[in-house]
Amino acid sequence: MKKLLTLLVAAIMAVACCFGLVGCGGGNEEAEGVDIPPVESAEAKQFDDVQIKSDFKIGVICLHDTSSTYDKNFIDSVRAAAAALGLSDSQVVIATDIPEGADCTTKANELANSGCKAIFADSFGHEDFMIASAQANSGVQYYHATGYKAASAGLDNYHNAFASIYEGRYLAGVAAGMKLKEMNANGEIKSYNKDDNGNVKIGYVGAFTYAEVVSGLTSWYLGVKSQFSKVVMEVQFTGSWYDEVGERTAANTLISHGCALISQHADSMGAPSACEIAGIPNVSYNGSTINECPDTFIISSKIDWTYYFKWIIASVGHVDGVEVDAIPTDFAGSLKNGMVALTSLNPDVMAAGTRAKILELRQQIMDGNLKVFDCSKFTVGGVALTTEDSHVVTENGVTYYAESVGQSAPSFAYVIDGITFLNTEY
Amino acid sequence: MNNNVKSVREPLFHISKRGDVSLKRQILTRVIAVAAGLILGSIVCTIAYGSSPFDFLYYLVEGNFKPFDNFWEMIKKTALLLMIGLALIPAFKMKYWNLGGNGQILMGGLITIICMINLGDTVPDGVVWMIMLLAAMLVGAIWAVIPALFKAFFKTNETLFTLMMNYIAVGLVAYAIKKIGGKESTGTIGVVQSGQLPELGHSVVLILIFAIIITLFITFYIKSSKHGYEVSLVGDSENTARYGGINVKKTIIRTLILSGAICGIVGFLLAGSINHTIVTEETMANSGFTAFTAIIVVWIAHNNPLATIGVSFGVIFINNGMMRVQSSLSITEKTVPDMIIGIMYLIIIACEFFITFRIKFNKKKNETIKTVEEVK
Repeated sequence: MKKLLTLLVAAIMAVACCFGLVGCGGGNEEAEGVDIPPVESAEAKQFDDVQIKSDFKIGVICLHDTSSTYDKNFIDSVRAAAAALGLSDSQVVIATDIPEGADCTTKANELANSGCKAIFADSFGHEDFMIASAQANSGVQYYHATGYKAASAGLDNYHNAFASIYEGRYLAGVAAGMKLKEMNANGEIKSYNKDDNGNVKIGYVGAFTYAEVVSGLTSWYLGVKSQFSKVVMEVQFTGSWYDEVGERTAANTLISHGCALISQHADSMGAPSACEIAGIPNVSYNGSTINECPDTFIISSKIDWTYYFKWIIASVGHVDGVEVDAIPTDFAGSLKNGMVALTSLNPDVMAAGTRAKILELRQQIMDGNLKVFDCSKFTVGGVALTTEDSHVVTENGVTYYAESVGQSAPSFAYVIDGITFLNTEY
Repeated sequence: MNNNVKSVREPLFHISKRGDVSLKRQILTRVIAVAAGLILGSIVCTIAYGSSPFDFLYYLVEGNFKPFDNFWEMIKKTALLLMIGLALIPAFKMKYWNLGGNGQILMGGLITIICMINLGDTVPDGVVWMIMLLAAMLVGAIWAVIPALFKAFFKTNETLFTLMMNYIAVGLVAYAIKKIGGKESTGTIGVVQSGQLPELGHSVVLILIFAIIITLFITFYIKSSKHGYEVSLVGDSENTARYGGINVKKTIIRTLILSGAICGIVGFLLAGSINHTIVTEETMANSGFTAFTAIIVVWIAHNNPLATIGVSFGVIFINNGMMRVQSSLSITEKTVPDMIIGIMYLIIIACEFFITFRIKFNKKKNETIKTVEEVK
């Protein structure tokens, strides 16, 4: 009898496990947010009607799997692009967890040999290994996000791509600045949130002291400052693009220093979840964390790679007799073609009027009337940047740092006044 | 009276060690276990992703052979995993649990990269290669011998110590990357062009040469050398070994120098011949290919160098195949694939248990009680 009972229990558990698995497969429901409507432009739609060869395949090499917000963003984008252009599942080959070593070359070669005509890799450290594969497979087009060697590599089948994400960061910073203003008006800013000069402290978790991160955190800070001027920022670096524990620890350090609001440039859920636990408003990156952090998530800026993937698929995979513009060796997406995007706002956390303000400033940036790195808005060591730096240009009476022009990867690496790096060894 | 009878009731089953199990039966049990693992894996895959059960098996095999370069890749990774396993065997035979293989490999790789950068263009290639090899062996050995010294002289727990040495190695590599890469560094140093090891026709050749030499050496060392005998004696009983005139401290230190040096060679090959760069993430290779995997391999192979070859092959086969299963079924989240690999390992490890032990169900339990009651 007992044996029978044991068997029965075991059987029930086995069945429950199976259902549990199936349950995991289902998507989780999206929480409601306040939409920021995408930019309506002809640019974003031009590839939708291009007919693609039925045997065309694109290969995508990712550093991690979808548990990393960074890689998930690429995977979601390529799937969206493939769906828009009518590709089947088998025409998109995604290879996850490919390290930044010879395995990347091996995988790229494997994709090329199994019929992929376009190969994309998503991580900075993949670059050398992608170039090695590109040299060996001249008939295949290679695309690499965040890299900088395409211009100097001298290969006509290897390309770099990035986006002027600083525009998105700035707008996300605007949302954060308005939140700070509201918190200040409601008396939610306490004395421990301020430094000796009465400036409110905010925090930022960064991966490395690398231009991409510095450019991002500076534009975010300038966005905050445009709405709430009495603000200073502390930055804690983790020395890793993906370190859940390190990012959580860094966020907690910033919270213990009295930071009233936090953002991050690193790929795990470490910082957002630390903020949710502590009840500190958070501006995210790469994608919305509203489901995981319903009480603290404000908004997230992200690079939406769908446009670039559509372009790759259209330019490499189009049927004979169709003209598609060639992809430049170095390409930087922008607000205009929808590659710099903002997620929905969280209505429970955002300040009133945030959406309208973001739409207004977004239009100004697109029209060229608002420069994020306007040199009259910030100083380095007490003085404004001048045209001594070759990146700084004067146009229509505005002197600004021309970011992501010429080279698609960000280059702004100054530590501006008001921002303190707590650690710089990374 | 009745109470007393109940308290001595026997458990449902008991476990006893089997006598000699015939080789035929051992092989048959293992074949059944592998088959069961594959079938269960395909069932889980079918339930989770709605694919046909045969898709899983097909892609698992295809991933290792198509395109044909994947076959060489499989051989290369098998050889590397084998070498790590062989490095661990002498230590494990001594019941010294060296969990620091990753750290020893990483340190070997780091010193190799440093040699490549600093000596690559100034010294003739042949000389650089020799220096790289010796330096990697030396540094790997040092990384292994530090915990061994503490174990030998202060009886420190080696499992924790070797494990912690891994983290120190990761930290040192991160620091070195920052130093080499300079201010622009983002956790990668790119490909080092100078001092790369020769291709010898195909990148697999050099790896295979080292794997064959190390396999022959360790097989001889364990089975036929005096040192190997001393290692097993220390593993069986330190006191017996001491009584037999063996210097236990010396044996521990000597064995771990060997273990670390071989791990250093693996680091030398990874950095000098395969990746030409170094990152902090373990051994820079795909999942299923670290010193921790090698521990499972050696465990399943019962510390037998020749069996390690077969088990390494099996582990790499499953891991390479799973990558193809993932990309073919558009799986971009590795939770379930990892679980499937785990299930397959578990069944194979469990089968080793059933080969060594017998489970006997205790029957007639109820009848005994009855008789006692009847007597009463």
